[in-house]
Amino acid sequence: MVYSLPKPIPKPLLAVALLVGAAVLLPLLYLVLRAAQAEPHQLVEIVLRERNLQLLGNTVALLVGVIALTTALALPLAWVTSRTDLWGKRFWTVLLVLPLAVPGYVGVFGFFGATGAGGWLEHLLGFPWPRPTGYLGALGVLTLFTYPYLFLNLRAALLGLDASLEESARSLGYRGLEVFWRVVLPQLRPALFAGWLLIGLHVLGDFGVVSLVRFETFSYAIYLQYSASFDRIYAAWLSLMLILLTGSLLWLEARLLKNLSLSRVGLGSARKSQPVRLGVWRLPSLGLMALPIVGALVVPLTSIVYWLAQYPSSPHSRSFEAVLEALRNSVQAAAPAAFLAAFLALPLAYLGVRYPSRLSRLLERAAYIGYATPPLAFALALIFFSLRGVPFLYQTLALLILAYALHFLAEAIGPIRSALYQAPPRLEEAARSLGYNPLQAFLRATFPLLRRGLLASMALVFLSAVKELPLTFLLAPVGYSTLSTRIWGYTSEAMFAEAAPYALLIVLFSAGLVGLLLSQERQ
Amino acid sequence: MNTQHAERPTTPIQAHTPILRVQGLSKRFHPSLPPVVENVGFTVEQGEVFALLGPSGCGKTTTLRLIAGFEQPDSGQIWLEGREITRLPPEERGIGFVFQDYALFPHLSVFENVAFGLRRLRGKARQARVLEVLGLVGLTVFKDRKPGELSGGQQQRVALARAIAPGPKLVLLDEPFSSLDAALRQSTRDEVRALLKQAGIGAILVTHDQEEALSFADRLAVMRSGQLEQIGTPEEVYHHPRTPFVAQFLGRTNLIPGEARGLEAETPLGRLLLSEEAQGAVLLSLRPEGLGLAMPLGHLGIDGKQLEGTVLAREFKGHDMTYRVQLGNRELIVQESPESPFRPGDKVRVLVRARAVVVGRGR
Ligand SMILES: Nc1ncnc2c1ncn2[C@@H]1O[C@H](COP(=O)(O)OP(=O)(O)O)[C@@H](O)[C@H]1O
Ligand SMILES: [Mg+2]
Repeated sequence: MVYSLPKPIPKPLLAVALLVGAAVLLPLLYLVLRAAQAEPHQLVEIVLRERNLQLLGNTVALLVGVIALTTALALPLAWVTSRTDLWGKRFWTVLLVLPLAVPGYVGVFGFFGATGAGGWLEHLLGFPWPRPTGYLGALGVLTLFTYPYLFLNLRAALLGLDASLEESARSLGYRGLEVFWRVVLPQLRPALFAGWLLIGLHVLGDFGVVSLVRFETFSYAIYLQYSASFDRIYAAWLSLMLILLTGSLLWLEARLLKNLSLSRVGLGSARKSQPVRLGVWRLPSLGLMALPIVGALVVPLTSIVYWLAQYPSSPHSRSFEAVLEALRNSVQAAAPAAFLAAFLALPLAYLGVRYPSRLSRLLERAAYIGYATPPLAFALALIFFSLRGVPFLYQTLALLILAYALHFLAEAIGPIRSALYQAPPRLEEAARSLGYNPLQAFLRATFPLLRRGLLASMALVFLSAVKELPLTFLLAPVGYSTLSTRIWGYTSEAMFAEAAPYALLIVLFSAGLVGLLLSQERQ
Repeated sequence: MNTQHAERPTTPIQAHTPILRVQGLSKRFHPSLPPVVENVGFTVEQGEVFALLGPSGCGKTTTLRLIAGFEQPDSGQIWLEGREITRLPPEERGIGFVFQDYALFPHLSVFENVAFGLRRLRGKARQARVLEVLGLVGLTVFKDRKPGELSGGQQQRVALARAIAPGPKLVLLDEPFSSLDAALRQSTRDEVRALLKQAGIGAILVTHDQEEALSFADRLAVMRSGQLEQIGTPEEVYHHPRTPFVAQFLGRTNLIPGEARGLEAETPLGRLLLSEEAQGAVLLSLRPEGLGLAMPLGHLGIDGKQLEGTVLAREFKGHDMTYRVQLGNRELIVQESPESPFRPGDKVRVLVRARAVVVGRGR
């Protein structure tokens, strides 16, 4: 690869891209400013509070626990559905990915609706099951609804492994399990790290699950600060600590990946290995697969159906108009956010693809920072920013839309970037030589080819925003309820029948999102 | 070749302003690397077909992109019809460009692709022009297809039609035939050449295929590592290469050192006649067709030295026979008639039938 002098970036493009990058980072700056308002003696008291240590311990314990448990679940599942003679591997794979369609707070709704007094398990068994709460509750629910991230990564890696490596290990005298430990597992490390990172970000960013099962992590504490006393400086510090923790996770991942250099040596496509015969392991394998399918699909869906049936007769039941209003509110916020995100992602993606340089990578990274920042912290940052910088935006729908768009910007970049790679720069040059100026050339030659990518970006952001809870929770105007805030609200007050119709709609939306993600991945 | 010059329509008034003049053009992509294009200068006359020939990676495409305005030169100037265009953006130059991979707009039909550059025309006039150009390249029946539904040769012709539709005085062709298969290449080449000549459009063809350059161009420039080594008609460049590189790049040749005195030189092949005067140490080029083989004489030659060699290999090519011959510590390539009878291992006498060309002077 010959390094070239960076081509001069057209000024207007640069200006727009810088503006977008700054828009993501600026609120975080306000968070820091707010935190820095603490007086020195106050600062010591805030930072060295014993409660912080306890929150840190809880958060890290949850993080480590979820990562360990998802690995224990996803690794065998990925292996069984990719390398064995199991019947219907594709069918099982789809079933095992589907829990992604159920947001964590709907998962909690599912479990709460099944357990405890009045839950459908009591109906079925005659005695109430204990509610999953606290650490174990959070651990169980988060594991069940995040393991597919790891499962997908590991399965793809296992399918991509070159069989000749395993065969040569066997020819050197290693047995099955030894081959797995010494040859296969080391090659799975990139997939493991990638999956762990996704799950880690999810756990650190989660608000819905920990708040409903009442397990005090940083997110939950930020929420308590916000809803109860709202000591803003302390909330800002908690957010910074959470961001710091997220940063450490990203740093760890980067370090781990740096020490790896495992790209396949030699050319030619990887050869598939022979499927392993399951034999007596068939039954235990099916049992393992049943575990997440029951826990993450059957339970929530049963809860939805069971409580939906009770909805009309429920004493608190309001008319379906309330459901329609929440649906309309969700769409009203998510749809403009989807447009805005795609619109903002376009210059960043274009800059990254056509003018690759340190600056363009930095700007794209800014978008990822917005994505990785735990949503509660991001929301708080936006609140501080709007109060100080743009007070007329505070408590408006516009701010919520902006928050969605900036937070999900990274999701929007991906499909646009892939589409841009499909549109060679020659096309724009051809248009230039035929008399069109740079902007016209882009609009006439490249833009028509981005349609699919733009649509995919908008759909991704739209569906993600509909599912989103913490940003909505903190930034929606007073009295503005969406599907997600309604589910959370009703579930936290054990009004499961009221929550059911909203949960059904969210699951339908999310199923669309998962379908879209999978079809994007296949391309 | 000369007949092709006669075909060229020359408008008397403009005949003295070249359509394109390039002077001292240089371009570097990285400060620590040598320039990709260095001090390149040449002219293209009205309606002339000019070829830029050189090995892959020598800077041909970059030169073309500089002329089109897709890249900015570090130094040098470009004039189009006497007007300096060095700093103009591509859209203001009015130069057609045919890309190596054609770069057709996949979302537009053949008709819309060709109409794309006709921004000044509207309605009937626009449609008429598109159909006229499509007729020229013989694609009228395909006008409603998308580029993806055409063969490589057809796409190539759409690209050409799109480039010439706005009526440029000059089109730049970047290896336009390289992705066609051999059978199609020759006929497409002939068609394109005829079309350019008929329309009186000047053209620069970039290619790494010497045969293509020799047969396609009115004049050609041979490029090496960013610099032009020689410019001339195909005959001049083939028969009178100025450098060893040009001699070797335009076909197989034998490079022989010698000591020149006027129109003669002493060489390991004996005393050779030169095509031009020279003095002192020289490097000479002798094309394989300028050598011949004969049975060895039973006794010593006229000057007491006989050029006796051994046949190493023979290569039958239908219309001729090419030998590799060991002569002393030197290997020669010799082209003979197809009936030539020698076999590997045979002793042969090497005959020199042509004047040697001086391709290097001094040591
Ligand atoms: N945009 C660029 N950035 C850096 N190097 C380039 C760029 N374009 C071309 N080069 C380099 O310049 C040299 C000449 O390239 P090119 O003009 O494409 O050669 P040719 O068309 O004769 O094969 C090559 O070494 C190539 O790697
Ligand atoms: Mg090239």
